[in-house]
Amino acid sequence: MSAVLVFAAPELPLGTSGKYVAAAYIVVLALILAYVAIMAVRAQRLERDLDELRRDVEAARAAQDANRETESVL
Amino acid sequence: MPSTTYGKGLRGLALATLITMTAALVLVFFYAPLDQTQGFVQKIFYVHVPLAIISLVGFVFGGVLAIGYLRTGDRKWDMRSYVAIHMGLIFGIGGLITGSIWAKASWGHWWVWNEPTLVSFLIVLLLFATYQPLRFSIEDPERQSRYASVFAIVGGAFVPLNYIAVQAATAYVHPRVLTLTSANLPPSMGLTFVVSLLAFALLYVTLWKYEMAAKNARSQVRRLRRTLLGDDLARPAGRSAAPL
Amino acid sequence: MRTALILLRKDLRLELRTLETVPAMVLFALVTIVIFHFGLNQNAIDGQLAAGVLTVTVLFAAMLGINRLFVAEREQGGFDAFLLAPVDRTAMLVAKAAALFLFLAALEVIAVPAFGLFLLGPSLGPPLPGLILVLALADLGLAVIGTLVSAIAVHTRARDLIGPMLGLPLLIPALIATARAAGPLLAAGHPASTPPTRWLEILALYDVVFALLAYAVFDFLLED
Repeated sequence: MSAVLVFAAPELPLGTSGKYVAAAYIVVLALILAYVAIMAVRAQRLERDLDELRRDVEAARAAQDANRETESVL
Repeated sequence: MPSTTYGKGLRGLALATLITMTAALVLVFFYAPLDQTQGFVQKIFYVHVPLAIISLVGFVFGGVLAIGYLRTGDRKWDMRSYVAIHMGLIFGIGGLITGSIWAKASWGHWWVWNEPTLVSFLIVLLLFATYQPLRFSIEDPERQSRYASVFAIVGGAFVPLNYIAVQAATAYVHPRVLTLTSANLPPSMGLTFVVSLLAFALLYVTLWKYEMAAKNARSQVRRLRRTLLGDDLARPAGRSAAPL
Repeated sequence: MRTALILLRKDLRLELRTLETVPAMVLFALVTIVIFHFGLNQNAIDGQLAAGVLTVTVLFAAMLGINRLFVAEREQGGFDAFLLAPVDRTAMLVAKAAALFLFLAALEVIAVPAFGLFLLGPSLGPPLPGLILVLALADLGLAVIGTLVSAIAVHTRARDLIGPMLGLPLLIPALIATARAAGPLLAAGHPASTPPTRWLEILALYDVVFALLAYAVFDFLLED
């Protein structure tokens, strides 16, 4: 399989103009990957916010239950 | 109230982008012939021009979405317009950098003034780079959305006008490879270019949807926190240029 | 359009009485011309260079006028009063743009002869009619964009910065066309008698497109 690819591969003039072409394509890749990284940070923050929200809601509900219990006792 | 979800269809879209991008790369390096005058360097053309075109389309798209906001007053449209312009700017910076690399490789200078596409592109980017500072300097959120929408519409109209002016002003010393209407492009190169363009267009839409989904999720969390805990308990949102 | 005329007359009378904007613009233009003399180290310039210098001088002076255009309305509640009145809101756009156009014309009446005196090599006489046409079209574009940008900027925090920041890129096509149209007129050897029509067409197109656009969106800028 790799032999086929080697035969089909273009002659890459990596010494001369190839480095510019490579640079251009690497820039595109870098931009996309940078975006992925930023989105990863955001997803992490979202998870943390949701976790905190869940804990806050549970705390609020627990407080509500405690109130209701004391009221029923009264 | 029915909620808008941007995540729907995102997976399929991402897959389509992946396939088209791969096809484009294969075509660029294994199928498209070597350019006679520029040689291997011409391969940059297949990333630079699509990035630039999609960026400009993105700005016009942002202007159109802004019209939606001004007509309905629904902040959803403003968010869409904001993301469209934001993405247009990122693609535009990519287009500018690859254009600079291409200029250096072809003519030995990191910047050339006699390529009108590149120059008019720089001007458009300079304009839309002011979009976020403008938003940031308006505190009232409703006014921010409104003014940003006006700016987006004016900017969208600016793109074609600017291109006309710069085209007319620029003297061509070097033969222009970048004209899409020129007959210089052999059909094999043409096909490669179209596939590349399609790949970047799909990339833009995928990233736009992705960004919208993330922003939508964050704003829902904020709203949830406010309703469940009361306004005073909710952490105040930091000032940002992005619409809530 | 009667409203627009009333507003325009108010602004003109205000300017005549206080003389805040136009003298400052004129002074600024004159100083810019002097700076260009030293910056370029030239006694006389002609052709495209002269056209470029003139365009830039007018532009920078225009920025001063643009920054001040809506300040009175903002500080003294003119916006609220206007919004309460049962009038077509775009009248304010027309009035302010017309005022800015007249300010620019007043500026050029002094600045262009000064330019001809201090920096321009060839005589100013023959190219003057063509130059007036080019500057008139340019002033129209400056007036429309200036009013639009000033109306946006006056409600932001960094008022004086936002105006030029938004306006300068937007004005680039108009400035290209102005400088290129004036270039052949100011040439040393055989100056053209009329400005090249291609650039006049581009300027006119620019003016029409942005005038219509400004007319369409201005309402949204005035809402409270």
